[in-house]
Amino acid sequence: MKKYRVVIVGAGIIGVSIARVLSMYENFDVSIAEMEPDVGWGISKANTSIIHPCHEEDPERYPLRARLCREGNSIWMEWVKELDILARWPGELMVFHSSEEEREARKYISFAIKNNVPGVQVIYRDELQSYEPTINPDAEGALYAPTAGMISPFEAVIAIAENAIENGVKLIVDTRVSNVKITNHSVVGVDTNRGSIDADIIINAAGLYADHVSHMAGVARSFYIKPRRGEYIVFDEGVDIKPKKILHTTPTPTTKGVYAITTVHGNLMIGPTAEDLPVDARESRTTTENGLSYLLKEGGRILNRVPPPSKIIRRFAGLRPEPPQGEWLIEVYTDPFGFVNVAGIRSPGLTAAPAIANYVLKLMIKKYDITLVKKASWVRHRKSINRIRELSLERLDELIRKNPSYGKIICHCRTVSEAEILEAIDRIIKIGVKPTVDGVKFRTTAGFGKCQGSFCRWRIALLISRKLDIPLHSVVIKRSPYGLGDVKLLLRSRMVNKT
Amino acid sequence: MIERKVSVMVVGAGPAGIAAATKAAQLGLETVLVENRDILGGIPLQCVHPGFGLHYFKEDMTGCEFIHRLIDRMHRAGVETIVNAYVHSIEFYSQLEKNVNVVTQSGILRINTKTVIYTAGARERHLFELNVHGDRIDGIYTAGEAQTIMDLYGVLPGKDVVIIGSGDVGLIMARRFALEGANVKAVIEIMPYPGGLLRNIVQCLKDFNIPLYLGHAVTEIIGSKRVEAVKVAKVDEDQRPIRSTEFEITCDTVVIAAGLVPNIDLLEKIGVAVDPRTKGPIVNEYLETSIPGIFAAGNALVVNDLVDYAAEQGEIAADGAKIYIENCGIPTRNWTRIKPGRNLRFVVPHYVSRERDVVLYARVQKPERNVYLSIANFKAKMLSLRPAEMIRIKIPFNRILEDNHRVISVEVVPYE
Ligand SMILES: Cc1cc2nc3c(=O)[nH]c(=O)nc-3n(C[C@H](O)[C@H](O)[C@H](O)COP(=O)(O)OP(=O)(O)OC[C@H]3O[C@@H](n4cnc5c(N)ncnc54)[C@H](O)[C@@H]3O)c2cc1C
Ligand SMILES: Cc1cc2nc3c(=O)[nH]c(=O)nc-3n(C[C@H](O)[C@H](O)[C@H](O)COP(=O)(O)OP(=O)(O)OC[C@H]3O[C@@H](n4cnc5c(N)ncnc54)[C@H](O)[C@@H]3O)c2cc1C
Repeated sequence: MKKYRVVIVGAGIIGVSIARVLSMYENFDVSIAEMEPDVGWGISKANTSIIHPCHEEDPERYPLRARLCREGNSIWMEWVKELDILARWPGELMVFHSSEEEREARKYISFAIKNNVPGVQVIYRDELQSYEPTINPDAEGALYAPTAGMISPFEAVIAIAENAIENGVKLIVDTRVSNVKITNHSVVGVDTNRGSIDADIIINAAGLYADHVSHMAGVARSFYIKPRRGEYIVFDEGVDIKPKKILHTTPTPTTKGVYAITTVHGNLMIGPTAEDLPVDARESRTTTENGLSYLLKEGGRILNRVPPPSKIIRRFAGLRPEPPQGEWLIEVYTDPFGFVNVAGIRSPGLTAAPAIANYVLKLMIKKYDITLVKKASWVRHRKSINRIRELSLERLDELIRKNPSYGKIICHCRTVSEAEILEAIDRIIKIGVKPTVDGVKFRTTAGFGKCQGSFCRWRIALLISRKLDIPLHSVVIKRSPYGLGDVKLLLRSRMVNKT
Repeated sequence: MIERKVSVMVVGAGPAGIAAATKAAQLGLETVLVENRDILGGIPLQCVHPGFGLHYFKEDMTGCEFIHRLIDRMHRAGVETIVNAYVHSIEFYSQLEKNVNVVTQSGILRINTKTVIYTAGARERHLFELNVHGDRIDGIYTAGEAQTIMDLYGVLPGKDVVIIGSGDVGLIMARRFALEGANVKAVIEIMPYPGGLLRNIVQCLKDFNIPLYLGHAVTEIIGSKRVEAVKVAKVDEDQRPIRSTEFEITCDTVVIAAGLVPNIDLLEKIGVAVDPRTKGPIVNEYLETSIPGIFAAGNALVVNDLVDYAAEQGEIAADGAKIYIENCGIPTRNWTRIKPGRNLRFVVPHYVSRERDVVLYARVQKPERNVYLSIANFKAKMLSLRPAEMIRIKIPFNRILEDNHRVISVEVVPYE
């Protein structure tokens, strides 16, 4: 059996899903190269988090997307259990306000039939309130799709990465792929800012930069990605409008409409907007005034009442990697041999990710004539960090007696204990990443609450500084250190300059 | 689970909680004070500047000195304190029974108490509560966080600093950064007048040549890895930015000192009525909330600019707890609602019995000179009122003539 050295470019949901699937087999020796300091900081972090039922995918126009989205929806129901990922499956209602919108919504019934999506049906106004008490009572009706779910997208990437790494995958962060090396029409490796990595197969899952990586390999030269921004607003957990179901407006040609959901973390979230940006604006995650007012307005069409803007605790934006004609580019090349594109994975990429991973493997087997050999011991399950927030007081009491650090609360707003923070730090180190405050935040949700970290950020930084035995000021928040130095730094430097 | 029974349970050991617990113990009530942090004291711990205790101890002290004196006095009164103890939830059973569930490192402590004095302080308003757009990047701190890491842990957050908000907190932080050699580029204030005390404008800004932009707002934060600049614009009368006046200030750090909000999540969860003006609970003259036997004081009740008043409120609440316990509840009175009238943002407490003197706390909406604070036939002369300075005034309510028992409005009126 030939053992293929595989380098996956990008540790987003696509990259880590592929890594997990490949990690089941003896045939591959997998590394993931990620340019960011941690996994899942690209598109996969900032999105609507919906696992779509797949009744909105046009099976004639986008047959691959429709198929993989439908498969992904079912696979996620298993993966979230295997990997202990926060998820809910409440179903969704596509709200319509006029007969034109109703016609648009009804179009998806035929898609649902063709895509084999169960349970899709129209609900009219008289019944709507019993499906969803928070819905706008003026809505004429809604298209109900019971198989819609939602997950914590950043936790999903972390969970899958942890599991893949446990099964032998190597993660290399802070490593940007800058060149694909090709000899005799075959890939032989990549160059990065931290040296080169040899490889027999290179899988391009570089999200917003997948066109660049593809061009490095000399394929799909006319393929380019256009960023399309989507903004969101998140409300305080305490607001009284908390839809049980996933609600959204009827889609337009450019988006799936605006959603109003209660996230898996318990906050009302409204978004996204859709705004096309220049080709090079791939880091432009700014929030805007127009975005805010648009979301408040659209939220009002969906909900019977939008909480006041003073209850907004966070705003953020994500970038969609729009490929030409909305078409995903999934291809296994024989020239150069060993290059694989999984590029332009726009929505419903989160939903389809596990199915995309299986599909990529299938294409590789065929094109590269691989005979799969299953690993004798492959670990299917991964446990999440113990979250005390969800425990009863009795259970928490027992836990504290075993480990007193569960009894020390670091994040008040979301009730996160020191033990959880420490476990997150350990897990970060275990996958080969340098702990950052943001890394801890995404693993524990400490700092997600209404104070947005002003009470707990320094406590988390303090725990990291102790663990790594570094000064507090050099702990990294996201990409830069907490402080410039100790407080006398500037005074000292001035005195030196003067004398 | 460890169970305990007490008469008074105080939540949060800042100045208000410490003063409340001390007073309750002095009144002979069995009292326990719990604090989430590993150290007693609350905000003053991180305040190395003077300006504390002028009213309460008739002495000017730093925050640290003030709080240590308060803590010493409490220890002498024999209060039991528990640190590293986080109040997780409050359950109301009956008039004389509440359970307060406390998470500690030795397990869950369930404290069965007759009364609760809630003094959990305030939280800071953060970036997303201001109308600031742009990137969510490193280099943005709330004032309290910046103060904590500087004064408790010796970290210098940044060297080119823009401060949002000219309340006392913003001004003091400007000076704090300047003292450490940082370059404070500007203090930006959205209102047409400064939010802080005049003495702080002089001592914290003028003395350090720090520019203050009144009637301006930060509209956007720019940067990729860390803050690189902010966009600032003039605002119109409705505090909306005028785009044509926008300019940029380069900086590596933004400090948000845009005010505090009472931290009352735990009370909201059990349905305490909230005043939308103060964002704190609605209380009667004993500082009892709408839930019997649950009192609130300090910044959890109303955001205080002076520590002295926070401590005083703690004592008022302790007196209330004593009366509550003796009478199995605060005796029914013909309560009169006190409402803010002309040029007042809020008045606390919200209900008075009109049987005794009551201390009112209030704040004006706009600065005004040569006015009366007027309540029916009662008038107190005030030379100058400013939003930065909370009004504290003892009102002899028993001498107020007013037939309407239901509502009395408190107003600021100009001299005739
Ligand atoms: C606003 C919005 C809403 C969405 N809502 C949904 C939804 O509700 N449901 C759904 O199913 N889908 C949704 N999507 C789509 C979904 O989020 C994406 O399809 C999916 O996250 C794409 O994952 P990815 O792994 O391809 O990209 P990414 O997560 O961006 O991963 C790519 C990784 O590659 C790294 N990288 C890039 N270049 C290099 C290089 N040269 N070297 C090394 N590393 C590199 C990046 O840092 C990044 O971490 C939404 C997308 C957006 C933007
Ligand atoms: C930067 C700054 C400068 C200031 N300067 C001055 C000045 O010069 N002069 C002056 O007089 N005043 C000043 N003040 C105001 C003064 O500090 C406050 O009015 C006072 O501290 C309020 O006291 P408090 O007890 O209500 O709240 P805090 O001091 O905030 O104390 C609340 C305590 O409750 C604890 N707590 C919260 N939730 C829980 C829970 N669930 N379980 C257990 N414990 C909990 C917190 O950890 C905290 O210790 C300043 C304030 C700031 C922020």
